[in-house]
Amino acid sequence: MRRVRRLALFSLCVNKKMTIVETQYITVANPPNELALRSGARLGPITIAYETYGKLNADKSNAILIVHAFTGDAHAAFYHKGDDKPGWWDEMIGSGRPFDTEKYFIICSNVLGSCRGTTGPASIDPKTGKPFGLSFPVITIPDMVTVQKSLIDHLGIKTLLSVAGGSMGGMQAAAWAVMYPQAIHSAVIIAACHRHTAQQIAFHEVGRQAVMADPDWQGGDYYGKTTPKRGLAVARMIGHITYMSESSMEQKFGRKLVKKDVLGYNFSKEFEVEGYLEYRGQSFVERFDANSYVYLTKAMDYFDLTENGRKLSEVLSVVTADILIISFTSDWLYPSYQSQAMLRALKANDVDVSYVELSSDYGHDAFLVEMEEQAKAVSNYLAKVYKERVS
Amino acid sequence: MIPIDYTIIADIIEPGSKVLDLGCGDGDLLALLKEKKGCRGTGIEIDNKAVVKCLERGVSVAQGNINGDLGVYDDKRFDFVILNESLQQVLNIEQALDEALRVGKRVIVGVPNFCQWKARLQVFFLGEMPVTRRLPFKWYNTPNLRFLSLRDFRHFCSDKGITIERARYLANGREVFACTNLLADSGIFVLRHA
Repeated sequence: MRRVRRLALFSLCVNKKMTIVETQYITVANPPNELALRSGARLGPITIAYETYGKLNADKSNAILIVHAFTGDAHAAFYHKGDDKPGWWDEMIGSGRPFDTEKYFIICSNVLGSCRGTTGPASIDPKTGKPFGLSFPVITIPDMVTVQKSLIDHLGIKTLLSVAGGSMGGMQAAAWAVMYPQAIHSAVIIAACHRHTAQQIAFHEVGRQAVMADPDWQGGDYYGKTTPKRGLAVARMIGHITYMSESSMEQKFGRKLVKKDVLGYNFSKEFEVEGYLEYRGQSFVERFDANSYVYLTKAMDYFDLTENGRKLSEVLSVVTADILIISFTSDWLYPSYQSQAMLRALKANDVDVSYVELSSDYGHDAFLVEMEEQAKAVSNYLAKVYKERVS
Repeated sequence: MIPIDYTIIADIIEPGSKVLDLGCGDGDLLALLKEKKGCRGTGIEIDNKAVVKCLERGVSVAQGNINGDLGVYDDKRFDFVILNESLQQVLNIEQALDEALRVGKRVIVGVPNFCQWKARLQVFFLGEMPVTRRLPFKWYNTPNLRFLSLRDFRHFCSDKGITIERARYLANGREVFACTNLLADSGIFVLRHA
């Protein structure tokens, strides 16, 4: 059974390999119409990196915005020229997949503050001609959503069929439902929350402190010099632990040793789990900017739909979209009870809402790897929304 | 083919009603009510695979527990709350029914009859817990937590001051009109607060 599924997946991948995609760019918020950020600061111009897959239909009613997680980017599916690995949610996007490119027009953009094409702290500040570094304004999840809205406006789309994403992507999807209720027919909120808790903030703060404690960080002004690789790698290692579950780590590594047989009684990377974290940390620093790490974690920490003491049910009373919430049993970073809090508040407001807690051992990472049931749920749900709200 | 209990429930429910199905399984009944009766419906189901099936049938369903998940709804939010073949699997029956009657103007309960004549014969002559076509489970694998007769349920309602507006009784997919507690394998009751 498992082998058959693997083979099927493999052949799909081979077919998909033919499809090469490119990241596109637009610039918005050109002065004097800079974007007014939540913090009160203004930012512009802003470059947005985005990719699209499939075809926008004549009445522009089949567009779905995919919103990515923390370290993701606009490259959600298919292949870039010369790459042997597809985009980060490739198993969910494509012909015959849940985000079916035969049926829907899929858009994915890199978030504000990231380092993967959209304006962020590593971008050049047009005022100084140098990278922003810490002079980049602090951004929030709603700011990211505002930027995405201007991309959607640019593409001439009035109403999105759906906004969908996991983790930080789920926070953005939830923010969309509250900020632009009329601009979306539905939202898919996966492994997310409506507000960051003390524990979630705490893990992020440890990551930020690891970056900032690296002498190479130099107050964020390290561009063109030695970058704070060690600190960023440690931050990523901590992050990775929170994305897995105890049982997935036990299954993957247990107490296995890198060089079998005997203990060395020293501090080399003896345990496989140590080697794995080292590897994840090292490969991460090659593709991610330390300041973006600091800014994006802070954006998540600021995320709170109930800010200013408002009740969640009151905040969500503006929601008109149909909502699907998905959580995973072993996700302890964004536990199911947070998803259920959103569910209850939506139910209280008589919103069309569906919720499923999928079984998985993968922890928070499940939304990227636990495909079978998640794919079914999302695909069924999108078909339902399309039928009810569009056709 | 549509099961007869669904036909009867669909027959009871007025067109365009707002419906909550507690323990809605794969969402068949909700889909039927939506399609045939133009109902706006939602459901609660404890099994995640069944919830995914519900989405396939185009109905909004939230995974959850019948006991404890109705608190968010204000009084009389729904025209009908349905507990079809699910009440006997609930731990706290009284609380579940109280809540159902609070959030629904009417409650439809479908329960199996554990004292139909076939079951009685098995208990009496074989000295075994009954296993019939309608009660297919063995004592060790049954999802049922409560074992009741139709008479038990009627007594329960009168003790609790719940009015039974209508009742329909079934045996082998046909309606039964007399000696119901002996002949019927299940009953469908329409309840409201007295």
